[in-house]
Amino acid sequence: MTIKQIFETMEYGPAPESTAEAMAWLEARGHSAAPFINGDWGPARDDFESRNPATGERLAGITRCTADEVARAVDHARAAQPAWEALGGHGRARILYAIARGMQRNSRLLAVMESLDNGKPIRESRDIDVPLAIRHFYFHAGLAQLLESEQPGMRAHGVCGQIIPWNFPLLMLAWKVAPALAAGNTVVIKPAEYTTLSALVFAEIAQAAGVPPGVLNIVTGEGETGAALVDQPVDKIAFTGSTEVGRHIRKATAGRGIPLTLELGGKSPYIVFDDADLDSAVEGLVDAIWFNQGQVCCAGSRLLVQEGIAEDFHTRLRARMDKLRIGDPLDKCIDVGAIVDPVQLDRIHSLVAANTEGQTHVAACALPNQGCFYPPTLITGLSPASPLMQEEIFGPVLVATTFRTPSEAVALANDTRYGLAASVWSENINLALDIAPKLAAGVVWVNGTNMFDAAAPFGGVRESGFGREGGWEGLAAYLRPAVDPASLAPIPAHKGNGATAGPLDRTAKLYIGGKQARPDGGYSKAVFGPSGVRLGEVGLANRKDIRNAVEAAQAAKAWSRTTGHLRAQILYYIAENLSARAGEFAARIESMTGQDGAEEVDLSIRRLFTYAAWADKFDGQAHGVPIRGVALAMREPTGVIGVFCADEAPLLGLVSAFAPAIAMGSRVVAVANEPFPLAATDFYQVLETSDVPAGVVNILTGSHIELAAPLAGHHDVDAVWSFSSSDISATVEDLSANNLKRSWVNNARARDWHGPEGEGRPFLDAATEVKTIWIPYGE
Amino acid sequence: MARTQTAPDKSGSTTTDNQLPQLHEPRNPGMPLDLDWVANVRVNTSAVERRAATLPGRRSVKKDWQAAWLCKAVSLIDLTTLSGDDTAGRVQRLCAKARQPVSPDILSAIGMEGLTTGAVCVYHEMVPVAVEALKGSGIPVAAVSTGFPAGLSPFRLRVEEIRESVAAGADEIDIVISRRHVLTRNWQALYDEMAEFRAACGDAHVKAILATGELGTLRNVARASLVCMMAGADFIKTSTGKESVNATLPVTLTMLRAIREYEDKTGIKVGYKPAGGISKAKDALVYLALVKDELGDRWLRPDLFRFGASSLLGDIERQLDHHVTGAYSAGWRHAMA
Repeated sequence: MTIKQIFETMEYGPAPESTAEAMAWLEARGHSAAPFINGDWGPARDDFESRNPATGERLAGITRCTADEVARAVDHARAAQPAWEALGGHGRARILYAIARGMQRNSRLLAVMESLDNGKPIRESRDIDVPLAIRHFYFHAGLAQLLESEQPGMRAHGVCGQIIPWNFPLLMLAWKVAPALAAGNTVVIKPAEYTTLSALVFAEIAQAAGVPPGVLNIVTGEGETGAALVDQPVDKIAFTGSTEVGRHIRKATAGRGIPLTLELGGKSPYIVFDDADLDSAVEGLVDAIWFNQGQVCCAGSRLLVQEGIAEDFHTRLRARMDKLRIGDPLDKCIDVGAIVDPVQLDRIHSLVAANTEGQTHVAACALPNQGCFYPPTLITGLSPASPLMQEEIFGPVLVATTFRTPSEAVALANDTRYGLAASVWSENINLALDIAPKLAAGVVWVNGTNMFDAAAPFGGVRESGFGREGGWEGLAAYLRPAVDPASLAPIPAHKGNGATAGPLDRTAKLYIGGKQARPDGGYSKAVFGPSGVRLGEVGLANRKDIRNAVEAAQAAKAWSRTTGHLRAQILYYIAENLSARAGEFAARIESMTGQDGAEEVDLSIRRLFTYAAWADKFDGQAHGVPIRGVALAMREPTGVIGVFCADEAPLLGLVSAFAPAIAMGSRVVAVANEPFPLAATDFYQVLETSDVPAGVVNILTGSHIELAAPLAGHHDVDAVWSFSSSDISATVEDLSANNLKRSWVNNARARDWHGPEGEGRPFLDAATEVKTIWIPYGE
Repeated sequence: MARTQTAPDKSGSTTTDNQLPQLHEPRNPGMPLDLDWVANVRVNTSAVERRAATLPGRRSVKKDWQAAWLCKAVSLIDLTTLSGDDTAGRVQRLCAKARQPVSPDILSAIGMEGLTTGAVCVYHEMVPVAVEALKGSGIPVAAVSTGFPAGLSPFRLRVEEIRESVAAGADEIDIVISRRHVLTRNWQALYDEMAEFRAACGDAHVKAILATGELGTLRNVARASLVCMMAGADFIKTSTGKESVNATLPVTLTMLRAIREYEDKTGIKVGYKPAGGISKAKDALVYLALVKDELGDRWLRPDLFRFGASSLLGDIERQLDHHVTGAYSAGWRHAMA
């Protein structure tokens, strides 16, 4: 083509980024991707290979690490951990800073390697992935520096096992490795099998930056290698990937007493109101669903448009799609690159082919003749029931429906098993800021999409996982209290000797939806004092009582919209009413346990005051993200929390659990202290006289072991806590995998309910979810 | 863009023919003022800025394509002098540069002989000199008018200024709008003013300078763009070059989207002219990419797109020299305007 011809056609032409440096890097290493363990490379085997998805060209042979090799990596990480933690926050900050600098020096190599291996456009790896990864290390160098002064009494978990996906190989590595190392942990990380190479470039940079041998270990391989890592005796697991694998990891680690962070799939809504800047909302979709070929867990993949503007919006969107340029990821002038692997391409094809609903528009852009490419696609007119509206496609396919009103938009947006991210487009600040808190999502972008920063927590709710990455909130996942708790043995109930305490029979019922209800099963059990005197009977709740209690708690949604001021007043009122009956409760405690109950009652009143105080003070944060705007990390109520109360303290155990939950606006289904339940059943009357709305606190009595499964497995429960002395931690964690609810279990470890560890921030954190709302502004 | 209906419309015998102003499109006849449409304009500044900020990273043209695109940019330049010290000699020199914007050896090396700029843009007093100097070249003369740059002289005189410039031989009139009508939301007054300017232009094409740097918000830019198009503007133009902020990518994106919406509703293509502040070849490529992606290839012709620039040409010349020789160029190797 002559210059004059181009002058007429004004085509873009090729603008290739050179791959020479990256290919030379691979060549120098024999096109071999070996694990990096204890500062050494190897063993190098050609077990499987990494190919450039745009061309099919082989990039490297990769070692499939065996379970033994993974174990060796964990051993080295274990050995290296004490010295790494002992290096101190400043010492680690220096090294994290050096990593950031090293990544900057090698930024183009990292970007090109990422695009070669993954197929994403060089524009994205160069301008987004790599700079964000670097930013993560800078930010976490700062967290390491401040750790000791800002997080006193906390220390590292030890060895972290981390498994990352192929869609943002280097960025997800940064999200995992930076906080782990900052906190003083050592790491064994497994990159995804499709995208190993940038992790290996990173390992060389880290080594050069002074990361000691064993502190960062990379094991290569596929799913079995990842499973082997999960099975290792690591102290913390962090996983980003599919909901299916996340659920499997949840079950596989149940009862092992290690914390877990899961960042899973999504089907994030992209809501366009009729007062939005439509052209900007259309352009936003380019960055929402055609960013990284739609292979983004938080991709705005579900388009919800207000009905009156839907036709106009779809027309503009189709015109914009047709202008997208799809092709060689290493071309600096393309918008959409290659799908990571033929397996994924087939999956997208089959999902779309199975759809029979709606109108499908395939972008009229030319596709390369070879390689894993899928055209940008829009499917409008789908119903919420359509599989494509529910299933994560993980490709450049946008599905759409319409809504009539703001409340219908919220209902449609939340009609999903996932809850990762959401976008809201409106020029009306009242509308946008009203909708954002109502969306079931960990991240909400107002008039924007796919904004990320190391300072802003990222993570999901529901089946999108739990835990946050980024900010102090993310660092918390890599820290634990420095003091090891004592072990907790099951606390048995006293046995009867035939004597009865009172002249009149008293049989406590259950407390569900503000009413005292007989147990569904119609059974009860006697409660005896230390001397064997029969003190009374309590109902034995079963799974149907759990169902009823959860329904009541769900019906009490209004509680989560009340003000902190109101909740504080009610908590003070509960304390006041308890105080009025202090003597009676003290006597009850003494009758069940034989211990003086006065102190426990007094502590319970204090604790109610503590949470009344916190109710209007556990503030979110406005994070300083690098945009003109603000990222608000809002503390939202977790929702419905199931609690197995501590068996050590009949009254204090109940108060310590329900008070922080309701102070933060969550609702509670509490299973009372099992051996000494009568303080809890007496407490019904205190709740009834304290203006606690029906359903906010529900109390059941019965066997913790029997009730663990139905409560932890309930799909409409958002979190389960177990402080029980019964060994139910494994059951709770295992069944929490049903809906991937958050779980907080004691793993048969005691907690001093009378001391400071019986209250405070860990409880408030568990009673809330962090929702990050990005609000760019400017006129 | 030419004022005569008989301007040649040839398909590509020479480059000169192709880049000459031609009448492919019907002129914008305007439409009644639609205040609902104006009121419904939404522009999200942050989102527009993000699009503008990421565009240079999304689009890249290299090698022969870059050379061709730079030649295209040359063909779209309204080569401009708007100084108090302009003289006949200065304007004649400028017109000579418009006829031969890039040295013949470079143009012949890349097969682009005959390339000229899109127009020459001067004050009213310099119109006769420019018309004379450009005679036979086919390069139109544009005159800034209506009390340029502030537009605050008596309305009667502003309209008369247009008539005099047209009579003096100007093919295109760049008018300035009354910013106060935008800032006080007096859309009717803006519409009436624009419509009267348009009528005074007769067959000469009219470019409406919005002075976007003085309109305060992108929403105002979008609204003023729509009102001027409704009142019959053939082009909408960002700036006089005299405001403290002139053409920017966010303003450009906002105006291009207004043009697209106007075409969607009326079928009429209105031209766009960013002016002031575009001095680098690289910037020109970004503008061309933005126009191509937002409006389409049809707009990459002088009847629908112009750069208002004076120093841009020099940088493009140096880049084309580099393309031909492989060595970075120096300003003194190229003829000054």
